[in-house]
Amino acid sequence: MLQVRITQERIDAAALLDAFASDDDGVGAVVSFTGKARGGAVSALELEHYPGMTERQIEASMDSAARRWPLRAMEVVHRVGLLEPGETIVWVGAASAHRAAAFNACEFVMDFLKIAAPFWKRERDRDGRWQWVEARDADLQRARRWGLGTSADEAATYIVDRDNAS
Amino acid sequence: MKILLFAFLRETLGREAVELPDDAFPIRVDRLRALVGEAGDDAFRELMADANVLCAINQRVANDDATVNAGDEVAFFPPMTGG
Repeated sequence: MLQVRITQERIDAAALLDAFASDDDGVGAVVSFTGKARGGAVSALELEHYPGMTERQIEASMDSAARRWPLRAMEVVHRVGLLEPGETIVWVGAASAHRAAAFNACEFVMDFLKIAAPFWKRERDRDGRWQWVEARDADLQRARRWGLGTSADEAATYIVDRDNAS
Repeated sequence: MKILLFAFLRETLGREAVELPDDAFPIRVDRLRALVGEAGDDAFRELMADANVLCAINQRVANDDATVNAGDEVAFFPPMTGG
């Protein structure tokens, strides 16, 4: 019911949405989020992750979501490696009987993924220079709306603690 | 024992891990930061002392007063920027 996949391959969001929870006729609502690489001043993006811990943190956030809202299914697919502008970085799907649970769970898992899943991004500018992307305070503020700690450290710990408590 | 490094920590040191002798453990995270920092130059030492740099013990984020034992999986990394 809860699935996470990290991939080096291009993500086809439309195909994922089409297949997601399609065999469950108790599903009345599907909400999905697609995060894409922006272009503009950025000519390429590279994503690095900590294998093992990444899956663990995302699974913990989905478990936490499933305790908060009545979900039928949830899936996260996240890209790593080199990406071009316009390509999908992350896809999140949430399915439930009624819409509120799916809307909430999708946003909750994305908010936590941003601050507590060990991925790191760097961007290449039009002159070919690479620069690491800095964590945004706005992402922490969004995560705090769900009643979590004041730092990335606390939030990351919180997810795992909830996981252990179940 | 290998201490894993990610993102600009790895890039600054030029290696993806620092090897420490087993007899350095058990050790508190704050002391381990300093010990790992000694593997690099001033810039790397400063990064390792930065409170924004996180430590994970066995894939869980740990505070500076946590203890690392021999055989634990330990990593240091910058604030996360996925999604």
